[in-house]
Amino acid sequence: MSKRVTIDPITRIEGHLRIDVDVEGGKVSRAWSSGQMWRGVELILLGRDARDAWTVTQRICGVCTTVHAIASVRAVENALQMEIPLNAQYIRNLIILAHAVHDHIVHFYHLSALDWVDVTSALKADPDKTAQLAESLSSWKLNGRHEMKAVKERLAGFVGGGQLGIFTNGYWGHPAMKLPPEINLLAVAHYLQALDVQRKANKIVSILGSKTPHIQNLAVGGVSNPISTDSQSVLTVERLLAVKGWIDELADFVKNVYLIDVAAVGAHYADWTKYGAGVTNYLSVPDLPQDTKGTKFLLPGGYVPGGNLAAYKPITSFNDEFWGKGVEESVKHSWYDYSEEKPLHPYKGETKPNYTDFQDNGKYSWLKSPTFYGKPAQVGPLARVVNMLAAGHEPTKKYATLALDTVSALAKTKVGLDAMHSTIGRHAARAISCAVQVDMLADQWQALVGNIAKGDVATFNKPEFPKGEQMGVGFHEAPRGVLSHWVVIADGKIKNYQCVVPSTWNACPRNEKDEPGPYEASLLGNPVADAELPLEVLRTVHSFDPCIACAIHATDVENASTIRIKAS
Amino acid sequence: MRVVVLGIGNVLLGDEAVGVRVIEALQDYALPPEVELVDGGTCGMELFDQLIDVDLLIVVDALLAGKKPGEMVRLAGAEIPVFFRSKLSPHMIGLPDVLASLEFAGHTPKEAVVIGVQPESFALSLEMTPLIAACVPELVSRVLDELSAHGWYAPRLAEAA
Repeated sequence: MSKRVTIDPITRIEGHLRIDVDVEGGKVSRAWSSGQMWRGVELILLGRDARDAWTVTQRICGVCTTVHAIASVRAVENALQMEIPLNAQYIRNLIILAHAVHDHIVHFYHLSALDWVDVTSALKADPDKTAQLAESLSSWKLNGRHEMKAVKERLAGFVGGGQLGIFTNGYWGHPAMKLPPEINLLAVAHYLQALDVQRKANKIVSILGSKTPHIQNLAVGGVSNPISTDSQSVLTVERLLAVKGWIDELADFVKNVYLIDVAAVGAHYADWTKYGAGVTNYLSVPDLPQDTKGTKFLLPGGYVPGGNLAAYKPITSFNDEFWGKGVEESVKHSWYDYSEEKPLHPYKGETKPNYTDFQDNGKYSWLKSPTFYGKPAQVGPLARVVNMLAAGHEPTKKYATLALDTVSALAKTKVGLDAMHSTIGRHAARAISCAVQVDMLADQWQALVGNIAKGDVATFNKPEFPKGEQMGVGFHEAPRGVLSHWVVIADGKIKNYQCVVPSTWNACPRNEKDEPGPYEASLLGNPVADAELPLEVLRTVHSFDPCIACAIHATDVENASTIRIKAS
Repeated sequence: MRVVVLGIGNVLLGDEAVGVRVIEALQDYALPPEVELVDGGTCGMELFDQLIDVDLLIVVDALLAGKKPGEMVRLAGAEIPVFFRSKLSPHMIGLPDVLASLEFAGHTPKEAVVIGVQPESFALSLEMTPLIAACVPELVSRVLDELSAHGWYAPRLAEAA
């Protein structure tokens, strides 16, 4: 006898990501991941000037806006085989990194930590013991007993006021919560500090990108930031120094708080290293170009099939053939029709909707199902870290070792790299990746300042569109993983455009061979103690940092609940 | 003294746009320098920075309050929903979460008012329904009333000139 549980989150009136699981004997036996919204941006772009595509594509989303802008200019630049001035690469890299660091901090503390941290239990913590524990783990300045005591008092007032909303019943206090009160209090204190720190990452994006969300400084061929060392209205030394100040604060927090907290939480949830591996074909792309042509990258990427690091194959340039020829998308289980019944390469991709309602064995999602050489692939921080380790990337090795050693010391047992292929491992990988990227942020700042000091102030090369047809792909290692935009240009106008986004790789429905996508595969075998409160399912889905579509923001005073759990 | 008038909404979804449209209409008024107009669009946590330590926050939004479409509602103080909701995605952060975060972090607005209108339709459309579009002048005047209750007079720009 199996029980069907549907988690259909509604922001207010419309669902975007729907997860269905069949639960048998306290475990998930079958799973479906369904995108509940139609994107359609590809159709809006047809016939438009290729130089404008980035402003339209970044409107796909209101959170990860910069990533679509970056992938889009890169696609058109790749079609024209353009070179990009070094300053433009560095400025783009700084925006990319600041956005990634922001995304990762917010994801852990504000969106998913509460799956693991029981806030009400923090009220039972001893602030002195919490401070002792915290100071034994890191040198962070805000770990003292007075800080912990103040946080506990504020929390007590907040809980007393009933403002924990629906969490009070069911979510918090759930039997799957395992952290001791002191770690819960520590996490709450850092949750509050993270609210302050994340603003600094956003400031870097808005200073360099002119605005966030939706940066305004890109152009096919470079960036529109004029550089001058002595004018008020452009990118000045003063602004660059402000950016450096924020980078230093972010680095302190990421390395001394975020990475340590993830290890401390992970050490108490050793069970969760056994669940949630799912698809272990890991795909990432190289990013942070260090030359004008995009052939040298600071962050390596590639493909690791079946979790076997020895089988790593690198992707090495924007023109890489191994990458370019490997991607296809199937619509067998998606609400689209193709003119032929087989997966298509994105250059030949079609966007013809065919909505059928939710069919367990047929079509059930607006997401297509992408594959890499015919296989489903997981993308995101875990894929990024696995590939960087396989590539022998020293900074990644350093932070991965630090995280695993901290977990091992707290759990009093040796925890190795194998534990990373799991629900909790995805959180660890995100923190490791964030530590690597926050160092790269400082590195790219130095590179930009160094290059300007040489007298180079170029930021833009004008694109020239020849007659006839060109094709290009822009890839980007976004916070949630591999993002690619594929464009076909005819006489300067867009003839075809396809976006293959990270959450399509991870949240996709079954593929042409009926193999489940990464979300679906990761849920199989997950424990579900109480089908009415499937916290365990949320833990695994959250570990991917799901990001499906843009939200609607109406204030609902009637219905505080946004997750509907239907058991039938 | 810092005052923020915040309109939020997705302009692609019919009446969801009403908060943003009210902010646009308020640009025709000579507001005192302490008063900042913010088009919050579909922002979530990005609003945190702009709402830190505000003395008076006036939010204009479509409000599902179980009223007849077009009926206007004023919420103040404890009537404003301030809570954390379960969420699967950063897109699901709404105003109650931002207000809860501000309060939790010790930056809560000293005074807050929500001026809302019950929407008629959230269907995909760049236009609001005629019923809700017709409410914009009244919503603007209610915002100005809130300001004048605190001692600020904001004439129309044409009159001020």
